[in-house]
Amino acid sequence: MDAILNGYRVLDLCTGGCLVCGKILADLGADVIKIEPPGGDPTRNIGPFFGGIPHRERSLYWFAFNTNKRGMTLKIESPEGKGIFRKLVETADVVLENFDVGYLDKLGLGYDDLKAINPKVIMTSVTPFGQTGPYKDYKGADMVVWALGGLMNLCGDPDRQPVQVSLPQAYIAAGTYAAEGTMVALFERENSGLGQQIDVSAQATITWFISELIPFYNLLGQDMKRAGGAITRAGGLLCPIVYKCQDGYISYMITAGLPGAERNEKMVLWLEEEGLATDYLRQKDWVNWDWVGMTKEELEKISKPVSELFIRYKAQDLYDEAIRWGVSLFPVSTSQDIMGNAQLEARGFWTPLYHEALDTTLTYPGAFALIPETPLSVSKRAPLIGEHNQEVYVEELGLTLEEMVSLQGIGVV
Amino acid sequence: MSGALSGVNILGFTYAGTANFVMRVLGMHGAAVVRVESHTRPCNLRLATPFKDGKPGINRSGFYAMANNDRYSIALNLKHPKAPSVSERLIRWADVVFENFTPGTLNKIGLGYKDISTLKPDIIMISISSQGQTGPHSSVASYGPQLQALTGHVNLTGWPDRGPCQIDQSYPDFITPSYAAIAVIGALIHKRRTGKGQYIDCSNLEPSVQWVAPAILDYSANKHLMMRNGNWVPSAAPHNSYPCKEDDSWCAIAVTNDKEWASFCMVIGKPELKDDQKFTTLPARKSNEEELDRIVADWTINYTAAEVTEKMQAAGVSSGKVQSFKDIVSDKQLRHRNYFRPLEHPELGWYDAYAPSYILSRTPAELRLPAPCLGEHTEFVCRELINMSDEEFVELLTDNLFD
Repeated sequence: MDAILNGYRVLDLCTGGCLVCGKILADLGADVIKIEPPGGDPTRNIGPFFGGIPHRERSLYWFAFNTNKRGMTLKIESPEGKGIFRKLVETADVVLENFDVGYLDKLGLGYDDLKAINPKVIMTSVTPFGQTGPYKDYKGADMVVWALGGLMNLCGDPDRQPVQVSLPQAYIAAGTYAAEGTMVALFERENSGLGQQIDVSAQATITWFISELIPFYNLLGQDMKRAGGAITRAGGLLCPIVYKCQDGYISYMITAGLPGAERNEKMVLWLEEEGLATDYLRQKDWVNWDWVGMTKEELEKISKPVSELFIRYKAQDLYDEAIRWGVSLFPVSTSQDIMGNAQLEARGFWTPLYHEALDTTLTYPGAFALIPETPLSVSKRAPLIGEHNQEVYVEELGLTLEEMVSLQGIGVV
Repeated sequence: MSGALSGVNILGFTYAGTANFVMRVLGMHGAAVVRVESHTRPCNLRLATPFKDGKPGINRSGFYAMANNDRYSIALNLKHPKAPSVSERLIRWADVVFENFTPGTLNKIGLGYKDISTLKPDIIMISISSQGQTGPHSSVASYGPQLQALTGHVNLTGWPDRGPCQIDQSYPDFITPSYAAIAVIGALIHKRRTGKGQYIDCSNLEPSVQWVAPAILDYSANKHLMMRNGNWVPSAAPHNSYPCKEDDSWCAIAVTNDKEWASFCMVIGKPELKDDQKFTTLPARKSNEEELDRIVADWTINYTAAEVTEKMQAAGVSSGKVQSFKDIVSDKQLRHRNYFRPLEHPELGWYDAYAPSYILSRTPAELRLPAPCLGEHTEFVCRELINMSDEEFVELLTDNLFD
C-alpha cells in the first residue's frame, strides 16, 4: 500500500527525545536511516531497560522512538566519515540533527556545505534555544528547557518546588514540532525544487504551550503558578481537578455557567442516587454562575460531595458510570490503564513488534492517526547497532565488505 | 500570498482550539484559510476569558485571538436551506476541509466525507475529535485539561508520596495539532504525487500517548509502572529546581556529568566538594542526593534565579529560571527569535500573536492577519474566493444566510 512519504530518504543524526522526529517520518513511510557513532548512540543509555538491565540493546526509550528506522554506524568527525556522510547527503531529502550550535559547521557539514552538495536537501536542526541569540550557547537539559519555556511554572504542588513531567517532554515536543516544520519544507520544495534549513527551538516549542495563557497576563495582568491537583480559574481561584478514588485517582472538571450546566445537573442526579446530594446542589442555578465572585468556601460545597462519591469506587467503574451519566470524568491513567483502555483497543492502536535478540514481542503505541488510504504503519522495531551497515555501505554505497570492515577497524564505522 | 504553503486552500468547520491550531500553522505559512462561523452559535472560544479590559464580547477574547490569526471568517447559517449552495462552492474551492465536531455531526447535515468527496473527489478531509471517529468512546469528548489524565501525563507529574499534579494547561491540545498538521501536509504531498485526496481520522488521544511511549514499553516489557518522582532522573545530579532569593522564585539546575560537577563546585565556591567521596561520581551523588540538594539550595537562596542562570551557564552548567508569564514576555531569547508578533485588531487593539517555534530559512512563516471578527470576511470570501456575483450576494444576505 502506498505510504505518504514513500520514496523519501532521511538521515537521522538526532539523539534523545528529538529522535521522535525521524520516527514520525519513518511511520509515514520514509526510509529513515539513524546514523549512530560507532558503538552506539548515547540515547541507548537512557532507561527504562528491558528486564531492568541497562544495556545498549535493551533501552526501551531507544525502542520507543526509533521504530521503522534503519540503523548504521558512522563517525562523521573522521575524514573518511565526512566523505561518506557527504555521499549519503547526495541522495537524501532530509537531514535531522540536534547538535550544539555550530558543531556541524565546524566539521564542514553545516547547512551551507550540504546545500552545495544537494540543493534540495532540507536540514532540520533542533537546539534548546535556537541557532542564534543570547541563549544560543546555553546548555539545555530537558528540565531546563521546560523551566525557561514556561511550563515548569505550572506543574507541581504549591508547597514544594515546581516539577517536570517525570518522563521528560521538552525534546519529544521539540522533535514533534521539528517534524511539522520538516513537512512544511517538504511541501514547499515540491514547488521550488529547493531545500532549506529549519531552526527549531525547544524553548519556543514549550512557550507555545503556555501561549494559551499568556493572554491572561497581557489582557488582565494575571500571572499563574503551580496549583497541585487543581486548575486555576478566573480570578485566581484554584478548583480541584484530581480526586482520590478507591484504587487511584480520577480527573473531574467543574465547569461554570451554561457550558457546564447540563453536566453539573447530571452530577447532582448521580449524587442523589448515592445519597450524597445536598440542598445547595439541588437548588443551585447551574446556568447562571461564574468563577468570578466564587469563593473557596462555596466551591467546597460542590467539590466535597463529589469527592465523597469518588472515594467509594474504582477509577474504571467511575469512568464507565460517568459516561453513562454524561459527566466529564476520566481516570488518571497509569501505563497499565492506558494499555487496557477500551477505546484504544477498539481502534486497533496497539502494535506488537517482535525482538529476535530478546525473543520477546513488545506492545507498542501504533499509528498516531487513522488514514485509511495511506495507512501509517509502525511495522519495524528499532535497529540494533550497525544493523544495516552492510545494506548501506556495501549494497548502496558500493564499498566492498573488506573496505567496510577496515573502516570498522579504524573506528569510522 | 507568499509562503511555503501558498496556493493551498483550507476550509474549516471548526470550533475551540485543536483544529484551529492546525489551520493556524497552515495560514502562517501562506495557505488561504477560511473558517465557517455563525452568529447564532459562536465558537466557544469567542465566549472564553480573558476578554479585553475584562469586558465580554464575541470579538474581545484573547483566547480566541491566540488560536485564530491568519484566516478569514465567513458567517454562514449551516441550517439555512440555501446554505448548501455556498458550502458546496467553498468545498470546491478548498484543498483541505477541517472539522472537529462530535463524530457523526457533520454526516447528519450532509457534510461528511462521503458527501464532500462526492462533490470533490480529490478533497482531503480531516476530522479531529477527542477520541476518534470510531470506538466505544468516540462521543466521550474532553479538552486537554482532562485528556491529560487519560494520556498518562497526570500520573507522571508530581511526587511519589502524594497524589499526582495537573499540568495546569491544556497539554494534549498542543500535542495533537502538530501531528494533525503533519498528517494534512503529508496528504497534500501525497496528492501532488498521485492526484488523490483522502480522509484523516485524527484523535487527541492517539498522538498524545506517543509522548509517553517509553512508559508504555516499560509496562509491556517489565510490567513496571513508571511513576512520578518530582524532578528525579537516573542520569543526573544535582537535578532539581532550587529556591532563589525572590519570593517563590526557582531555578532549574541539571548537572549531567562529572566535568560539569567540577565546574558547578567552583561556581558555588566549594571546590572541595568536587572530590568529596559523597559527591565525586554520579552514583555517589545519586546516593546522597537529599544532602546534595540541601547544599545547592543553601547556595541558590542567596541569588536571584536570573543570577543563578547566568553564573551556571557561564560555567557550562545547564540551568534556567522557572519562568512565569511575566518573565516569558520579556525573555531575551524569545524576543530575539521574534516569537511575539504584534497584530492590530479592531476591538483588541494591538495584541501579541505567536510565531511557530521553528523558523524556515528561506520561506519563514509570516503573521499577517489578526484573528477575525465574526463574519468579518463574509463578503470577501463570497465575492473574491468563490466568485459570487453582487446580485447573488445581496440576495443571500437579505435572506439571512450569513448569520
